[in-house]
Amino acid sequence: MRPIKLMGHERSLTQVKFNREGDILFSVAKDSSASIWYSSNGERLGTLEGHKGTIWSIDVDSKTSLCATGSADLSTRLWNVETGECVYSWEAASPVRRVAFSPDNLRLLAVNDKVMGSKGAISVYRINYDNVYEQSNEPILVIETREDATKVTVAGWSAEGKYIIAGHEDGYVSKYDGETGAFIETVRAHGIHNEEKVVSITDIQFADEDRLYFITASKDKNATLVDVDTFKVLKVYPADAPMNTAAITPKKNFVILGGGQEARNVTTTSESQGKFEARFYHKIFMDEIGRVKGHFGPLNTVAVHPDGTGYVSGGEDGFIRVHYYDKSYYDFEFDAERTDRVMSQAQKANA
Amino acid sequence: MPSLKELESQINLDDIDFSDLEAKYAVSADLGSENYVVVDGAPKAPASKAPLLEKVLRKFLSKAGEVLEGEAGIYLPVEDNMTKGFLFAQYKTAEMASAAVSQLNGKPLDAKHRLYVNKISDIEKYCSEGSVPLSFVEPEIPPMESHGYLKSWLMDESGRDQVALHFSESVGVYWSNKKNEPKAVFEPRKGFTSKYAKFSPKGTYMFSIHPQGIQSWGGENFERINKFVHPQVRLIDFSPNEKYMVTLAPTPIERPTTAEELKDFPFGPESEGHKLVIWDLLTGEPVRTFALPPHLEGLKEMPWPLVKWSFDDKYCCRQGPDALAIYETPSFQLLEKKLVKIEGIVDFEWAPAGVKLSGSRVEGGEHVLSYWTPETTNQTARVALMQIPSRKVIRTINVFQVSDVKMHWQDQADMLCVKVDRHTKSGKTFFSNLEFFRTTERDVPVEKLELKEVCINFAWEPKSEKFIIISRLDDGNNNPAIPRNNISFYVREAPTKGKAVKFKVLSNVENKHTNTIYWSPFGRYAVTATIAKSSGELDFYDTQFENEKNPKLSEVKLLKNEKFGGMTNISWDPSGRFLAAWSTSWVHSIENGYKLYDFTGNLLLDETVEQFKDLIWRPRPATLLTSADIKSVKKRIREYSAQFDEIDAMEADAATRDAILLRHKLLEEWKEYRSKYATHESKEQDVEAEIVEEIKEEIIEEKEEIVE
Repeated sequence: MRPIKLMGHERSLTQVKFNREGDILFSVAKDSSASIWYSSNGERLGTLEGHKGTIWSIDVDSKTSLCATGSADLSTRLWNVETGECVYSWEAASPVRRVAFSPDNLRLLAVNDKVMGSKGAISVYRINYDNVYEQSNEPILVIETREDATKVTVAGWSAEGKYIIAGHEDGYVSKYDGETGAFIETVRAHGIHNEEKVVSITDIQFADEDRLYFITASKDKNATLVDVDTFKVLKVYPADAPMNTAAITPKKNFVILGGGQEARNVTTTSESQGKFEARFYHKIFMDEIGRVKGHFGPLNTVAVHPDGTGYVSGGEDGFIRVHYYDKSYYDFEFDAERTDRVMSQAQKANA
Repeated sequence: MPSLKELESQINLDDIDFSDLEAKYAVSADLGSENYVVVDGAPKAPASKAPLLEKVLRKFLSKAGEVLEGEAGIYLPVEDNMTKGFLFAQYKTAEMASAAVSQLNGKPLDAKHRLYVNKISDIEKYCSEGSVPLSFVEPEIPPMESHGYLKSWLMDESGRDQVALHFSESVGVYWSNKKNEPKAVFEPRKGFTSKYAKFSPKGTYMFSIHPQGIQSWGGENFERINKFVHPQVRLIDFSPNEKYMVTLAPTPIERPTTAEELKDFPFGPESEGHKLVIWDLLTGEPVRTFALPPHLEGLKEMPWPLVKWSFDDKYCCRQGPDALAIYETPSFQLLEKKLVKIEGIVDFEWAPAGVKLSGSRVEGGEHVLSYWTPETTNQTARVALMQIPSRKVIRTINVFQVSDVKMHWQDQADMLCVKVDRHTKSGKTFFSNLEFFRTTERDVPVEKLELKEVCINFAWEPKSEKFIIISRLDDGNNNPAIPRNNISFYVREAPTKGKAVKFKVLSNVENKHTNTIYWSPFGRYAVTATIAKSSGELDFYDTQFENEKNPKLSEVKLLKNEKFGGMTNISWDPSGRFLAAWSTSWVHSIENGYKLYDFTGNLLLDETVEQFKDLIWRPRPATLLTSADIKSVKKRIREYSAQFDEIDAMEADAATRDAILLRHKLLEEWKEYRSKYATHESKEQDVEAEIVEEIKEEIIEEKEEIVE
């Protein structure tokens, strides 16, 4: 698996994202410009210029027409993907840590950080496609951080935008109604598997197949798989370093975890000790299957190709590595899986 | 010290039980009366006529042997001046008396009188009071002794094969366990056999050889089933369907003299001096015995088997000088009471299956045998096919300058390959021709493959028209250190219209030491091996290796080369999954032990065993699956192999086993969890995904030019 190494950012990556078809790759970093790439060859399509600070998050709608970025410069911006033009900008009271389009593209959520006196909230904006330059400045919904909860670090939409799922600093995950913003339930997904003190949730990514379950990554060195409906922790994937990101692979039953030694300790550890590898776990069996080396800093973000043909990782080292899987990745299966697959094939054939 | 007399007086002799001594020294009452016969039914005549009557009777009785002279010979008792109608006669020997009983008893003396001749000893034996019970007592049929299910090993759940291992003095039967050590079916028995152990052709029985004879074993725990008394037996062989066994001992059969020993002795007087015995395996009784033909007496190496069987056990055949003796079973009488005369016959082979001769309507095919006769001064050598029982020669070919002929039947008997080793006119160098008889076609056409080299080995692929030959160019250079053997893989290509048949070389490997060929019992895979004093080597071939570019084309591919220095023997397991190679201490003491390979040549097991002697796979009977069954198994092979792999992994250790079971559970749970949402339809599917054409650039070649 020889990766394509993309060197377009001057500072640590904060998020990478594929469009729906997987041909275009979006990346944002602590420098103030977002990059758009062709995923197949790593050629840069262009950059999105305009932010004045770290861009924490980027998301693209399913038509690859608009994309949104959230930045530490207290703004959420909307861009035309084709032209790279900034079509709109929402001001916020605090840095925007995460943006996400709803599955129907009509809403955009932005997670406002709890700093500078702001309490922190999730703001939901309506996206006007008729005239992209004219967006409503006011959010249609603001979910304030609850009194009994810590600040929201990440958030995303479940299937059909029915729920907004938010990850908190204390390891809890909360479920809110996507329309009304009403709090429904919360579950402690992290901070219970070990003695770690820092348990903040660093990433939430939904299963590509139907967005009915999602994976969380946490500084507590674990990742968990949670069912949206029952809101129960289904699986736990233990790692040996703080995890910054996690993704569920389509087609194969794997999950990819990324993280590593804290950034501030990076200079004191060597590459091999830093555990800066992408880790592959079996989604169902929770067994670690393999690791992919390459970055020489912690992995801050991973994204999977929607066709299941590869994945991208962005590191603290400022590099993006685009990987396309080898044959062995597709061939790999546990004995139980193989028996199961063969038996069900046979059943189909017999039927 | 008391005298003997005193002692005697003290002991009451009546209290002592002398029965054992009495029995030991009992005097047989009929001692000496063996020569006498009693003749009843003679005419009653006046005393005056007695001498005449005696003369007549003496003449009559002398037909069976010499009757003693005078009163001692014939005694006619007379009462009231009349002879009593019976008389006593004494023969010179007991044999004559016996002959008289068998020949003369019940014979008429004249129109009115019939004589009844009996031995005196028999009269005493049967006519004394109580010696013969008056009421009929039904003979007791001994209850059937069950030996369990004789084919139980075929029911093994994991379909393993059994293998007998013979080392030092012990023989044990084991389940072959792939990579793991074989698991004992029964603990190795010391002194199980005095020579070697053997399985019957379909694996039902196992045989051990002892100075007194042969024992058969079988059932789940290998209990003794039968004893075959044949003193000093050396060689054994079986009919293909396990009905009969043939044994040979170097010493002739001698009947024991005492009645006690005779009771358990299976052979009658007619077998005296014979060496070759055919047994019925079910009853354990000999069905026919033969003396060794004089030309085979005193040979150092006995050709074996001496009796060859037709594929269905219906006929068996022995070769004598200038003739074949064909016997029909189960009577074991000579077919049509005549030998088949074949001048100069050197060797013959039965077709290993029924031959579907063109125009024949016999179900299951005809019985055919092939034979050859060598060159004589005014006749060429001949190879012929003969149909049995008609004895019709259906095809003959003439060959000349012949030094040797070997007949290789293809296992379905559709083809016979006759390897004719010929010499050049000078007689100094040799080369081979292969003559292929196509037995199922009209007039049995013969196709010819001429080689420049001498063929040293030939082997058909089972159920196929493929074959492998090993040949070497005979140019007078016989340095054994130079590898000069060529291995060629051939297939016969059906001739296109108007063109001669072609034998296509699929692959050819040159300059090897290889001298033996072992096809897997199910074909496709073959091992060619070097079994020589100094070196041992195995080459594993796949003759239908799938060409990656064109899966329809298959090629011969060397899968693996393995070395085994001391190797003396090779044997495929009956399922064609494994190959065992071993070094026996019967040949030498180098590297004694065995190795087990899978069919692709991966070494699974390497065991060094001191004094290792023999490895015998337990044969399996032919499969009961129909060809449709086999097809469906082949179709579902992925399904089966997945399960088998899993079983293998689980067998390896308990931890893996638990892990696999846990994964199965997790997978089931996950599937159940996901099935809840199987009907879930997402609205976002409304947005049609675009098909994106991506242009990928690939650097095919990079050149760096320095321009000056």
